[in-house]
Amino acid sequence: MTYEDAVATYEPVIGLETHVELGTNTKMFCGCPTDFGAEPNTQVCPVCLGLPGSLPVANRAGIEATIRIGLALNCDIAEWCRMARKNYFYPDMPKNFQISQYDEPLCTDGYVDVDVDGETVRIGIERVHLEEDTGKTLHVGGATGRIHGATESLVDYNRAGIPLVEIVTKPVPGTGDRAPEVARAYVTELRDIIRSLGVSDVRMEQGSLRCDVNTSLNRPGEEWGTRTETKNVNSLRSVERAVRSEIVRQAALLDGGGKIVQETRHFSEDTGDTRPGRSKETATDYRYFPEPDLVPIAPDPAWVAELRAALPERPSAKRARLREQWGISETDMQSVANAGAVELIEETIAAGAPAAGARKWWLGELARRANETGVELADVGATPAQVAALQRLVDDGKLTDKLARAVLEGVVAGEGDPTEVMAARGLEVVSDTAARAAAVDEAIAANPDIAAKVRDGKVAAAGALVGAVMKSTRGQADAKTVRELILSRLGQ
Amino acid sequence: MAAISRDEVAHLARLSRLAVTERELDQFAGQLDVILQAVARVGEVAADDIPPTSHSVPLTNVYRDDVVQPCLTQAEALSGAPDQAEGRFRVPRILDEED
Amino acid sequence: MTDLTRMSAVELAGLIKRGEASAVEVATAHLDRIEAVDDRVHAFLHVDREGALRKAADVDKSDKSGPLAGVPIAVKDVIATKGVPTTAASKILEGWRPPYDATIVERLKRAGLVTLGKTNMDEFAMGSSTEYSAYGPTNNPWDLRRIPGGSGGGSAAAIAAYEAPLAIGTDTGGSIRQPGAVTGTVGAKPTYGGTSRYGLIAFSSSLDTPGPCARTVEDAALLHSVIAGHDPRDSTSIPQPVPDVVGAARRGAGGDLSGVQLGLVREFAGDGSEPGVQAAFRDALEALVKLGAEVVEVSCPHFAYALPAYYLIAPSECSSNLARFDGVRYGLRVGDDGTRSLEDVMSLTREAGFGPEVKRRIILGTYALSSGYYDAYYGQAQKVRTLITRDFQAAFDKADVLVSPTTPFVAFPFGSRTSDPYQMYLADLFTIPTNLYGGPAISVPAGLSDGLPVGFQVMAPTMADDRMYRVAAALESVVGTLTPPAL
Ligand SMILES: [Mg+2]
Ligand SMILES: [Zn+2]
Repeated sequence: MTYEDAVATYEPVIGLETHVELGTNTKMFCGCPTDFGAEPNTQVCPVCLGLPGSLPVANRAGIEATIRIGLALNCDIAEWCRMARKNYFYPDMPKNFQISQYDEPLCTDGYVDVDVDGETVRIGIERVHLEEDTGKTLHVGGATGRIHGATESLVDYNRAGIPLVEIVTKPVPGTGDRAPEVARAYVTELRDIIRSLGVSDVRMEQGSLRCDVNTSLNRPGEEWGTRTETKNVNSLRSVERAVRSEIVRQAALLDGGGKIVQETRHFSEDTGDTRPGRSKETATDYRYFPEPDLVPIAPDPAWVAELRAALPERPSAKRARLREQWGISETDMQSVANAGAVELIEETIAAGAPAAGARKWWLGELARRANETGVELADVGATPAQVAALQRLVDDGKLTDKLARAVLEGVVAGEGDPTEVMAARGLEVVSDTAARAAAVDEAIAANPDIAAKVRDGKVAAAGALVGAVMKSTRGQADAKTVRELILSRLGQ
Repeated sequence: MAAISRDEVAHLARLSRLAVTERELDQFAGQLDVILQAVARVGEVAADDIPPTSHSVPLTNVYRDDVVQPCLTQAEALSGAPDQAEGRFRVPRILDEED
Repeated sequence: MTDLTRMSAVELAGLIKRGEASAVEVATAHLDRIEAVDDRVHAFLHVDREGALRKAADVDKSDKSGPLAGVPIAVKDVIATKGVPTTAASKILEGWRPPYDATIVERLKRAGLVTLGKTNMDEFAMGSSTEYSAYGPTNNPWDLRRIPGGSGGGSAAAIAAYEAPLAIGTDTGGSIRQPGAVTGTVGAKPTYGGTSRYGLIAFSSSLDTPGPCARTVEDAALLHSVIAGHDPRDSTSIPQPVPDVVGAARRGAGGDLSGVQLGLVREFAGDGSEPGVQAAFRDALEALVKLGAEVVEVSCPHFAYALPAYYLIAPSECSSNLARFDGVRYGLRVGDDGTRSLEDVMSLTREAGFGPEVKRRIILGTYALSSGYYDAYYGQAQKVRTLITRDFQAAFDKADVLVSPTTPFVAFPFGSRTSDPYQMYLADLFTIPTNLYGGPAISVPAGLSDGLPVGFQVMAPTMADDRMYRVAAALESVVGTLTPPAL
């Protein structure tokens, strides 16, 4: 069964459930810090360890961030709602219940428009609610740290209690063979929106943005099929692959007369397909009830209005605006966005660089370095101001492209601003005409026969002389100027 | 007719992670039946249009500022742990929900 | 010098302030008394002699300005005390030493009170007799073969037996007031949210309320004023000033209640109370009328459903609150033999660590919260709670306070109600409505019935705790404090 066959026979309906870890200073219900990668069980207190007698107190910043996300996703903000306890036993939950929200989410009924090759698809948002994250469990003794076959597990509660915002879409029908791209485009747009709000670093690889994908298939005209929920989808690419492989799997099953069981499946990055996972999610009755230790949330409408007024420009709108200003194609803009370079290029231009130059450095040299060293482009080691300065040196003819790359290397290595690096490494273009003329005369004198050929009109032979000059000036002369000089000297 | 069966009690005990004995099951089933018959009387009250009370205090919007407070040390955090390793709480193998 | 253990907290604080007795002498006298009688009373689960003497010595060296500086106190074992064993009378927490202090304990320390130790109780505060303590029952100083009430029987008995002048209790359905009644002592349940729950091991979060136990109303009021007040670590803590309970108690002790309306709840009349209890209650009521109070009958039709609602709400919340006791982070772990799964070890641990009443309530609560039953049970109980609150509000339009016996029967013999749990639940018939409403209530001795104490309950509107202290102090000025037979 190929993907093409699958989507030829069946119409997919997708839905996405995204968990975003908020970047608050402290956890949702206690004052413990939320730094990533601390020593195990060093960012815990009686509250987030669930010690007997401890009580939660809600973090205002967590509430505010959730409301801002809801507003950015065009949701209604509840006038009054409560947190609820979701009861089930699991060792990564210190209290054996999760403080979450049930039938009274903070934000409901919104939407987000995403672009899929030029066409706009509106994704409905069912709800946005606030909850607490769980601890991390390390499975020991099994294969590759998986729970399967493990002999024991070790639990670290540093992550327990970090605020999580859960964003659930309405079912998305009618996207046909583009369902996987739509899913990816949605998560990308969501990531950009949340990043623009500055409430989370939304790094999928660090788990601060986690995605579950629901997929079902139905024949045209028939009602929607049974959905499966695919967890462990940890990159934008995986979102696309997960939907695609689940569509193929379900289609094959249905064609073979099989039935889809409502279940939770796990996506495997290496195999690219999904396998059955925890039954927990669907099996147990969570016995939700209002959290008696926390009082209701009733956001002041004036406060909500303030937050709404202070929302940043929507990333997609901003991209369209900048695309105009920079005069680049949608695809070019996409690659800028995917590289996370929108703001960087914007600031570089603001610092005086022409759009083309700014884009060239950030998407070329610097993007490559970021990939190699595995850091975000913003952390690569060069600032927009420095990139702008570098481009200016090139435009002033003080640096050739080749030299500029070397200078940038120095800048990234922390050797200072471009001018400093240029001086320190002695990389300036030899623009002083006397020196250049001397080098040219030298080269002509040293190669009489070549010079003769050029005089006789064999202009192409000049290349050898240019090479000689570049060699003697250690590449710091501008080849074009040198060539012109040689030709004029030899009467051409 | 009994308000709650022995099997229901057994199921609830499993759900609440209580490895109750057969003797307890017999005992609890009987006692819970009496209690349930009694508490079921709340159903006699006509309350369709009555809002439920989850909190007796009329408070809303009680928040703390997003300011870091001192944590426990790792030693303090693990001080009560029945078992520990590598600065973490050690637990027996977790049932593999994937089988 | 007279026996320090017979003195009230006010008297002791006075001696210490005036330097006529040191805090160490006072603490030692009580620690010795505990040594002498607690093998028979068994009010304490843990006596912290060293800690108490250290704290007393500190007080002697430092300022004694606080109204209770240097006065010894016993703390119910359901309240977290840093470094001092805290078990909630359960095997599942045996040996646990909290790495933090409850807010109330911090306030006791700051006020210079000297904690003698932790008192016995029904496991996780579920019971009315302390027979459900995993460490054996507490015996009533009035008759060692009878129950001291519960869940806070240890705190009440410690006071009645002169092992401590003051104690901290917690009241979810009557656990301060009913033990106070059957031990002839004073027990007050403050307004819910008036005293911090931070560090109180939760049984039923929306009902649990810590409060004072004492031998006199004024002592109770003083302790109340020390522990009450807003706590930012408890989201349900009321950010308002504490009513002047001490002033009200002193005013009431003057014995003038002219103009005070006492509401008599029609639905409570004769309701299951023993004749002796009814008689003592009527006598007390007459005494209050002589002091100028007027009696008005009020009707609270939904009180009849308070007990059923309570036994749905409390077990539901408890089933969730007690889920954390799983042998992973603290406390008991059973059956971890290297072959069993975590799930099995958790279940064996909880089976071995919890007593029968706790298991019954966990199962009952799990049932009441199950999706199929939620609306009919938990949801409906929450609505009944609203109606009971409205009954109170209507009653307080007519009366300043409501009065009733604290509990339908005097201290009963051990074992007489354990076989039928529901019979035990009836002990809280008159105390439970207040918890569902969230208001304050106090139990003060009304007199004796066949040589056993009967309690008189005064219920007040939320955040009007001062009213109940005034009426209770007035009754005390007539009845006096009760003295049990020598042990
Ligand atoms: Mg969730
Ligand atoms: Zn914490």
